[in-house]
Amino acid sequence: MKYAFFLGCTIPARARNYELSARKVAEKLGIELIEIERFMCCGFPIKGADMAASNLMAAYNLSLAQEKGLDICSLCSSCASALAEVAHHLSWDEDEKARINERLSAVGLEYKKGPRVRHFARILFEEVGAEEIKAYFQKELSDLKIAVHYGCHYLKPSQIQDCFDEVEDPKSIDALVALTGAELIDYQGKKKCCGGPLLPVDENLASSVTKEKLDAISDAGADALCLVCPFCSVMFDGNQKSIESEFAVEYKLPVLYLTQILGLAMGFGRKELGLNMNVVKTKELTAKIGL
Amino acid sequence: METIDLDRSDPDFLKELISQPGGEMISACFTCRSCVAGCPISSINKDFSPAKIIRMALLGLKDDILKSDFVWLCATCYTCQERCPQGVSITDFMTLLKNMAIKEGHAPAGIRAQLKLVKGDGRIYPIDDFDNKKRNKAGLPLLPTACDAIKELF
Repeated sequence: MKYAFFLGCTIPARARNYELSARKVAEKLGIELIEIERFMCCGFPIKGADMAASNLMAAYNLSLAQEKGLDICSLCSSCASALAEVAHHLSWDEDEKARINERLSAVGLEYKKGPRVRHFARILFEEVGAEEIKAYFQKELSDLKIAVHYGCHYLKPSQIQDCFDEVEDPKSIDALVALTGAELIDYQGKKKCCGGPLLPVDENLASSVTKEKLDAISDAGADALCLVCPFCSVMFDGNQKSIESEFAVEYKLPVLYLTQILGLAMGFGRKELGLNMNVVKTKELTAKIGL
Repeated sequence: METIDLDRSDPDFLKELISQPGGEMISACFTCRSCVAGCPISSINKDFSPAKIIRMALLGLKDDILKSDFVWLCATCYTCQERCPQGVSITDFMTLLKNMAIKEGHAPAGIRAQLKLVKGDGRIYPIDDFDNKKRNKAGLPLLPTACDAIKELF
């Protein structure tokens, strides 16, 4: 299994713990992740402001992977969705494809038939499979109570994502966490957004959206939250402390990436999984499983 | 209830909208408000209502929409789009409105700053030597600190 590894902007700068743990898990499972140095932003952050530019940036990235004959693996839900959406659009819109190719010729590229774009978690769920993943586990996580946040662009728009999971009742990430023996915690508003895309527009509103979810997850009694998107992590982990002081509440809720949770079950250490880089301290959590 | 002054209505606005991606199906909206019921923003901020924005568009209230703050409050979570029984691509429609608003000179400062950064540097968080130092320490491969292609594309 071989993929072009699309890191995007947030992960290499602000979510090195995600990148580290994903690389560890991928290596263990024999998923080869190929670096493409020329990748740029996926285009998602400017979609609302300049859709034409956003499409062009996505097409540029898709063309680079296509040139190498590789499909794309993304750790970020927004990158995966934005790239998949443009690949889907260019599969039928010849006019847009011509417009884009005119621009891409300036960098010596031509968009032909785009690669498939897959989120890392989707690859684990669909292509690697439960039995194969479980074969590498060394540690039971049955003492942990974990709540899953799917976020939006991991699943949606569902048409673009081939409806690989049920939007109104998603199961793929829960299924992967369940493999570790951890107890899954359900909570109100599980399918709701993290609020992240509103940060550049209205910080207070963005935080209010996150707070609503943090309240529900804490009330449900989870020990930790499981994520698959670095931007969701900016809200839940990076901004948790400021939300606590803004709204005079206390959560102290550790926020882990799916790859960190799977990595713990595979027997990797805290540092190997970047758990020392998580903003909300994770020591008490991992002490429950003897780390 | 507030009265709508239809002198403010632009009869060409709807034509403009339905000819662009995201706007094609808005006339099919029958105001069931499924979009509002599922919206994570509407539940916190009553100023934001996808159904109301669609109704305003159908009435041709171009300036009221494009000069508004609320058009930027859509978090693009796609909940409404997935649930719309009439097949309106509501999230894509909101993106279309945002694109039109910024062309007319209306956008929050944060959105403009993000646009400038991404189109200028090719990344929303440009990588510098300090980042690479931290990447190296963590055992991660170094990344380019400049994106040459972006200058050729725009």
